Amino acid sequence: MNLGLSGAWLRYPGATDWAMRDVSLEFTPGAHSAILGPNGAGKSTLLRALAGLLECDRGEAYIEGRESRDWPRRELARRMAFVSSTEEGAFPVRVREYVGLGRNPYLGSFSPPGDEDRAVVTSALERTDLQGLAERYVTNLSAGELQRARVARALAQEPAILLLDEPTAHLDIGHEYAVFDLLLQLVAELSLTIVSVTHNINMASRFASRVVLMRAGAVVADGEPETVLTPDHLGTAFDWPVHTVRPEGLGCVALPVGRRPAGQDADR
Amino acid sequence: MSIRLPPYPTLLVFLCLAVATGLVTGPAGLGPGDIVEALSGGGDAQSRLILLHIRGPRVMAALLVGAALAVSGGLFQALLRNPLAEPYLLGVSSGAALGAVLAIVTGIAAAAGPALPLAALVGGLAAIAVVFRVARVAGRMDTRVLILAGVVTSAFLSACITLILTLGPEEALRTAYFWTLGSLSGVSWRMNAILAGYAVPAALLAFRLARDLNALSLGEEAAAALGTEVERTKRAAYVLGSLLAASTVAVAGIIGFVGLVVPHAVRILWGSDHRLVLPLSCLAGAGVVAFADALARGPWGVVEIPIGVVTALVGVPFFLILLRRGTAG
Repeated sequence: MNLGLSGAWLRYPGATDWAMRDVSLEFTPGAHSAILGPNGAGKSTLLRALAGLLECDRGEAYIEGRESRDWPRRELARRMAFVSSTEEGAFPVRVREYVGLGRNPYLGSFSPPGDEDRAVVTSALERTDLQGLAERYVTNLSAGELQRARVARALAQEPAILLLDEPTAHLDIGHEYAVFDLLLQLVAELSLTIVSVTHNINMASRFASRVVLMRAGAVVADGEPETVLTPDHLGTAFDWPVHTVRPEGLGCVALPVGRRPAGQDADR
Repeated sequence: MSIRLPPYPTLLVFLCLAVATGLVTGPAGLGPGDIVEALSGGGDAQSRLILLHIRGPRVMAALLVGAALAVSGGLFQALLRNPLAEPYLLGVSSGAALGAVLAIVTGIAAAAGPALPLAALVGGLAAIAVVFRVARVAGRMDTRVLILAGVVTSAFLSACITLILTLGPEEALRTAYFWTLGSLSGVSWRMNAILAGYAVPAALLAFRLARDLNALSLGEEAAAALGTEVERTKRAAYVLGSLLAASTVAVAGIIGFVGLVVPHAVRILWGSDHRLVLPLSCLAGAGVVAFADALARGPWGVVEIPIGVVTALVGVPFFLILLRRGTAG
């Protein structure tokens, strides 16, 4: 009952289709689970339901045995951090301040950050290799640096659970690898429970110990990357024939086959 | 920027200068010497009367109005996540103006002293209530709907004002015109007490929101994940910002640019942390309006120019310089 969903259904206001249908999952503590699937499969919806940012219509998402939506936000923020790649700040702030926002759930209304808060921020900056950029404005960071700053802010919350929505969107392959490698370290050294939503099948196969494959709001396959990431499962999930290659030590590479599924025109 | 002034000492010096300037300025020709003498209990009766019952309350009102406007602006900018937001954007000023115009046209304003500010306050609060009601759907306040509802309500109320003034007597038009440009003439200690009793608690409550407003500047989802109760924070920021703005409009009419420029200038000089932005805006706004009021009544003999004209004429060029320096460095 650490982190998961049971019989969870969710539909957005005004929508006719379910964004998430009857999902039951218990995520592995102290491990990185990756959620894969096509656009609109319900991956981000699932993540937001876990984080208590969306309310399930039926069933529930839970954290430490308590329904996510029932947690007071402040208490929840000390246990769980959520990183989205779409947020954008309204005012210019320096990296140290930005990461310092992760201390919010520990600060009183009038009390300024103390020595302990500063130490936690500094260690989060070190862990994400941002010490040299601490006085830079967030707006002047590259996409890769900004993503590390977001992870640093999440670490400043000192969470046990880290949820990431497309943590490597817009990143090149090197920076993408670096982010996943950082997540691997966090699992190894801080035994964080990580759930990430990603489109990178190769990274998921190499860095996650568990992969959840979704399609149309439901789970298609769930388990170790080797058993989930098969041409069969991927073909079903993405509604497209997929060929997989497994170069020695480099995980799984999924390649779309150049033909549309039966009944549709051939690709040019 | 190369120079970094210590915020609180700088603003306290600024504030003291503003108060001193406000006290020595006026058509009665009292110099600094007369003022010091009157303050220490000496001087002639007339100087004391002018100082204690005309300039004193006026400077005090300028400080309160400026502080309230600047804090209100800071709140709205954080709530709407837009550095261009200002206290009058969402209909408070139009509502207050409509209340005032109705009081002027119907003659109620001339009949009883506090009727005009009271009518303005009621108008402002009514506009706030309407906009708030429209923007709240299923327990959530959508800030995009809030902006649209506010701007549209504001336009509607302005049309009502124009209609009433077009059909109303000519004298009312002139009174209403000057009222909408803002003035601090004739404020009493009693009015100050009411304003303070209302604005000081609201400002203190606003400071309590600072931590959550910092989180909110990253967006509602990120703020929730950082432990902020988002809806409660937005509601509090909107209500407090509106109440602060409405109270100033009731006392002083519409004084533009302070709520927009002051928090922005504070951010350029001392960063975007609302734990600093709100209290510093409070001090800076108080000083700015006290200076502006001195400039509005000082150098022009018996004529007073509307304070809103001063804040725009002086505030805007100053702000543009700051903006260029801020973005350049």
